[in-house]
Amino acid sequence: MADTITLQVTRYRPEQDAEPTVQEYDVPLRKDWAVLDGLNHIRDHQDGTLAYRWSCRMGICGSCGMTVNGEPRLTCATFLTDYAPGPVRVEPLAGFPVIRDLIIDIGDFMRKLPTIKPWIVRDDDKPLSEGEYLQTPDQMDDYKKFSMCINCMLCYSACPVYAIDPDFIGPAAIALAQRYNLDSRDEGAEVRLDRLIHPDGIWGCTFVGECTRACPKGVDPAGAIQRYKLTAAVQSLKTFLLPRGAR
Amino acid sequence: MSASHDVLLVGGGAAGLRAAIAVAEVDPGLRVAVVSKVYPMRSHTVSAEGGAAGVIADGDSLEEHAHDTVSGSDWLSDQDAVEAFVEEAPRELLRLEHWGCPWSREPDGHIAVRAFGGMKQMRTWFAADKTGFHMLHTLFQTSLKFDAVTRYDEWFVTRLLVDDGRVQGVVAIELASGRVEAITAKAVVLCNGGCGRVFPFTTNASINTGDGMALAWRAGVPLKDMEFVQYHPTGLPFTGILITEAARAEGGWLLNKDGYRYLQDYDLGKPDPLPVLRSMELGPRDRLSQAFVHEVEKGRVTDTPYGPVVHLDLRHLGAKLIDSKLPFVRELCLKYENIDPVKELVPVRPVVHYMMGGVHTDLNGATPLEGLYAAGEVACVSINGANRLGSNSLPECLVFGARAGRAAAGYARAAPEPGSAAQAQASDEQRRLGHDLLDKTDGREPISGLRHEMQQVMEDSAGIYRTGDSLAEGAGTLRDLQERFRSVAVDDHSRAFNTQMVAALELSNMLDVAEGIIGSALTREESRGAHQRTDFPARDDDRFLAHSLIYRGADGAHRVEYLPVALTRWPPGERVYGR
Repeated sequence: MADTITLQVTRYRPEQDAEPTVQEYDVPLRKDWAVLDGLNHIRDHQDGTLAYRWSCRMGICGSCGMTVNGEPRLTCATFLTDYAPGPVRVEPLAGFPVIRDLIIDIGDFMRKLPTIKPWIVRDDDKPLSEGEYLQTPDQMDDYKKFSMCINCMLCYSACPVYAIDPDFIGPAAIALAQRYNLDSRDEGAEVRLDRLIHPDGIWGCTFVGECTRACPKGVDPAGAIQRYKLTAAVQSLKTFLLPRGAR
Repeated sequence: MSASHDVLLVGGGAAGLRAAIAVAEVDPGLRVAVVSKVYPMRSHTVSAEGGAAGVIADGDSLEEHAHDTVSGSDWLSDQDAVEAFVEEAPRELLRLEHWGCPWSREPDGHIAVRAFGGMKQMRTWFAADKTGFHMLHTLFQTSLKFDAVTRYDEWFVTRLLVDDGRVQGVVAIELASGRVEAITAKAVVLCNGGCGRVFPFTTNASINTGDGMALAWRAGVPLKDMEFVQYHPTGLPFTGILITEAARAEGGWLLNKDGYRYLQDYDLGKPDPLPVLRSMELGPRDRLSQAFVHEVEKGRVTDTPYGPVVHLDLRHLGAKLIDSKLPFVRELCLKYENIDPVKELVPVRPVVHYMMGGVHTDLNGATPLEGLYAAGEVACVSINGANRLGSNSLPECLVFGARAGRAAAGYARAAPEPGSAAQAQASDEQRRLGHDLLDKTDGREPISGLRHEMQQVMEDSAGIYRTGDSLAEGAGTLRDLQERFRSVAVDDHSRAFNTQMVAALELSNMLDVAEGIIGSALTREESRGAHQRTDFPARDDDRFLAHSLIYRGADGAHRVEYLPVALTRWPPGERVYGR
């Protein structure tokens, strides 16, 4: 095994660059080094001006998503040896405005997230003195998968619909809506319906399934969307056919 | 001048978000804001794995949780704080359940609890082994329903605005644009976490750089019990990634290179195939990490390129239990060590994990500086004393985050508007940031070099075992590093998302915090909990049943004072584990 590997890193400094450029760095190739370790090596020893986000380096904070050799990846959980002998292309996540170098603007997702009301909605919250809402492990299994989303944005980057229609609410937001819709403690499915059946909601999805393939946490947003399309179709029918109280 | 906000939370992890919601609930008319250098869901709460302690099970009692916490703290916790904490923790955890936290359940749908180190009863609520992740996302998503909460995501706070003896807001940099602004507020609550990155080998995320501690300290607020740094006994070599204590609570064993459960040699009980509460692998973290050092001295550990290790054995637990109770452990071992804990031993070594000390507060999170509050790991109330018990820190964020939020809300309702001096201070700070960092072209000292030297000196002088000599040497090196930091090299002069400038500011914070740790450790001439002085090996209640308070003068000189521990029901006694 060679002892170094070349990273071809996208640079973009808005104050000086009209458009992105590529800069090459050779970094040590070690068997336990993630792509992120390579970037940290660059920043600490070669070029302190390279900008990117990272924090937990254990695949749970969702900060370090980038495009590695064309695929959206968490760079802390993507290893250099898998790309040996290189070179490895490291770019910002596709489909987002770039603020600087490898840092994307996720403001769009942050503005969309509250619109699906990702919290427990109830007509009456029972007093704490009455204890917990009972929820069996089977009931938890109904939504558990969708609760594992770390908001890393890889699914948005992979989504061909989001790439051409920035208004599309997107895979993670729909999965999180389903996370609450399917929670036995929640009564908010109806208030989320309008947002989800909006033209930029679930019906925007053409079901390519790229989001599920990109997800590093097994959330399966495509499954959430498919399942919800069925729910929404039934719900829409009920809206036409039944008086309000019977929905 | 009218304040932009009534209450400003600095930090968007569990403590900050709980505090924000508390403010909004106290008075929906209050303007509350959260400023954080990362998006809230990136906060380090997300990495907490094992669980959150709160008395709920039949047969458990607040009294026992309090006693476990007090004895675990080596009697340095304030017992009035501990009593408030254990009483309010279950309600806070239940509140999170009502907000949607997916706590693991019993088959009948009730909350399940698991064992944890140093706890005599099963009382740790858990969401598999991603408890912090689920708590953080539950809090963050719940916070979105409060319109009164404004957020400043990815703003880095560089100083507190203090005038007329009270806090009036902060100065912060909007990272995306580089804009420096005053964010005025009637009350400020520091909730920005710990400082593990002061050390070379830590479970902590890159963001844990002691920012809040440095902000408060520079504003004249004392830091309390800073000599108490927790080493968690089981981190993965190289990365420092945490393998949760829950792995041992579910029945994992710690083995030395001979396959021997070595903890039995360190007054922690006798080996039993099944986990025994407050015994062996379920002893407290300080004692387990110290036992590791003795195993190294005896030559009974395995050497690796990343230092000596012992092994965590989970093989006898089986794939079914590991996948249901410890799925993240398996995921992390597979990903980062290429090891399957179902079939193989996991190499582990002690790793810096948690700061018991922090900004000095009272039971309501109030610091001695009017208008300034603190909660969570950045603060020291203290419920953790000389050694925190696993699974007490998450509920601490909730209980004291809520308390600090309520207290800050109450204060802000009666507090005067900020004076005009705040704006002048903000302009000064803007000039300082330009002059000292962004526009500076003559720096010679690379940030990473200074950081590396600081981390090494902390490990060498203030590790699991310390001496007066090692600490004095460390203090000297830190003074030298502080001096060299004045010519820190900054080659990035851009305003847009300048992460090098952030790294320089974080290093400056860490250097101050490091000095606080060493200064406090030097004057505590005893051994207690996580502070082990080989030159003073015994606990000394006559002199040191007291919190250290380290102050920083305007000239940078330090002064340590002591504040007696609050005792209510548990007179100082021997810490007994496994017998």
